[in-house]
Amino acid sequence: MTDAVRLKPEHAVQPLKARREQGGLREHVRKYPAFWVGLAILLFFGLLIIFAEQIAAADPLAQDLSVRLKPPSAEHPFGTDELGRDIYSRTVHGARVSLPASFFVVVVSVVVGSLLGALAGFLGGVVEEVVMRVADVTLAFPSIVLALAISAFLGPSLTNAILAACVVLWPEYARLMRSQVLVIRSLDYILAARSLGLPEWYILVRHVLPNAWTPLIIKASLDVGGIILLVSALSFLGLGVTPPTAEWGAMIALGRTKFYQWWLATFPGLAILIVIFACNLLSEGLRDWLDPNYR
Amino acid sequence: MLRYIARRLILTIPMLLGISLVLFLIYNLVQIDPLVMIVGERAMDNPEVVAAAVKKWGLDRPIWEQYLTYVVNMARGDFGASFLTRRPVMDDLRLFLPATVELALSSLAFATVLGIPLGILAGVKYRSLFDRGVWFISLLNASLPPFWTGLIFLTIFYFYLGIMPGPGRLDPRMSDPERVTGLYTVDSLLAGDVQAFGSTLHHLVLPTLILGGFTLALVVRVTRAAIIEEMRRDYIRTARGKGLSERRVIVRHALRNVMMPLVTILGLAFAGLLSGAVMTETVFDWPGLGQYLVKAAVNFDYPAIQGGTLLIAIVYVLVNLVVDVMYGLLDPRVRYD
Repeated sequence: MTDAVRLKPEHAVQPLKARREQGGLREHVRKYPAFWVGLAILLFFGLLIIFAEQIAAADPLAQDLSVRLKPPSAEHPFGTDELGRDIYSRTVHGARVSLPASFFVVVVSVVVGSLLGALAGFLGGVVEEVVMRVADVTLAFPSIVLALAISAFLGPSLTNAILAACVVLWPEYARLMRSQVLVIRSLDYILAARSLGLPEWYILVRHVLPNAWTPLIIKASLDVGGIILLVSALSFLGLGVTPPTAEWGAMIALGRTKFYQWWLATFPGLAILIVIFACNLLSEGLRDWLDPNYR
Repeated sequence: MLRYIARRLILTIPMLLGISLVLFLIYNLVQIDPLVMIVGERAMDNPEVVAAAVKKWGLDRPIWEQYLTYVVNMARGDFGASFLTRRPVMDDLRLFLPATVELALSSLAFATVLGIPLGILAGVKYRSLFDRGVWFISLLNASLPPFWTGLIFLTIFYFYLGIMPGPGRLDPRMSDPERVTGLYTVDSLLAGDVQAFGSTLHHLVLPTLILGGFTLALVVRVTRAAIIEEMRRDYIRTARGKGLSERRVIVRHALRNVMMPLVTILGLAFAGLLSGAVMTETVFDWPGLGQYLVKAAVNFDYPAIQGGTLLIAIVYVLVNLVVDVMYGLLDPRVRYD
């Protein structure tokens, strides 16, 4: 009986680890300032979410009609709204709605989209046809238009806004992941792995996927900002978060017709602007760092 | 070339069917009585109207037959009647579309006229202070929520400074120009009404800045990246070696090749304009498709949502087709087979 050598996954040559960055943390910060500034701003908002009660002691929902529509003062640093609620407190607590919701949408979309995209690229055939045609149809709508229609049909609520955002976002990852898999699959080292007799699933998991992630991560960091914009836009239009919840887009909507009370819309809007800007910075920095082809 | 266009047009048919299927499924899944959707709540008491609608939309038939009827009616341009305006949705769309087109075109013009030179300068002076400044501003610009920026601009330029008009397309004291194209700039000129033309342009400024701002960031970034790429090519070295002025090298040689990626993002930019229109039109009370859609969505005007969404998707698919065709016209290396 011949003892044919049967190759098992552990015999495979491990993919090369990425070259370690030269220099320490300080050097990294100097080389990729955009990444670190973006990250720092997002961490700051993370702290706001955790310590919202300590940072803004006033109840974001407490109404006090004796101080309606008051401009910023020592007592109410961002002023008060129509129902005498403290806008500073509402802005701080608003981070608890937009950021986790957006983060959740992006994580779900990345997982679902990249899984389906990888399967489509790797298996081809019927799976690819079905997944990519569904993605094409979804991508035929500008995202906010489809999200608007879905929210309208399901009724306004944060859950439905999140659902709508997931529906419009996952196909983008599916498409990106599929194209990544298709490119990587044709590279020589995959041919080498295959000629070693490694099972297909192993090649996919250990050789293709680890090299396909970079653009998805860069896109994901950008999309956290994009989804915050989408969810707050839906709330602004009256199709997302419902009152009295403190949410940035809904707060801006309250200031829509009140030009005199500029503080109503200004502060929640600044919060959205800063978070999206941080995500954009982070994404730019990640691109410089992780994608050597892009300079 | 023509064969390619024909083939692409045929390929959009399954795409449009898919889009209509999505919309059909959404409203069937959420258990809204389709009859109410078609005839409107007020007409539900009238048995004649109801019977006619059941017959026309095949609501007593199995679901797949209903879908077929639905597609046929849609293809005829019959989207049912809006609950809000009580007019056929198709008539409404015809009424509201021009305002969006006018705003989108003016935004696109603003973004390209300003964005291409800025992108070229930033790319040529790669890594200079100017380049970094443009990078920072366009990143900041891309981070602005349009519905908020619109409000802030109105507060500053209309309310406090008074140098810009308030919401709307035209001074409320003026009468609308006679409708020919629906574009106020064109119609007012056709009517020879210079005052209305001026007022229309004035009203276009703020929404254009807001809506075009996002596209501007996109145009600047793509132009900059492309010019950096092109300036390293051999043909640029040859052109310089011939002793051409730098200006000529950029304008006559590099710029032509930068057009390609710019055309490619046009489709993307257009989607951004349509999405942005939803928010911008709401803030500026601009009677376009975006505002129509938002009003429909807030008031559960299902036929209007469906018709409006479908129209936007169709426009979007067609724009992408035009982009692909232009791609081939600009670059002889692209083959259509």
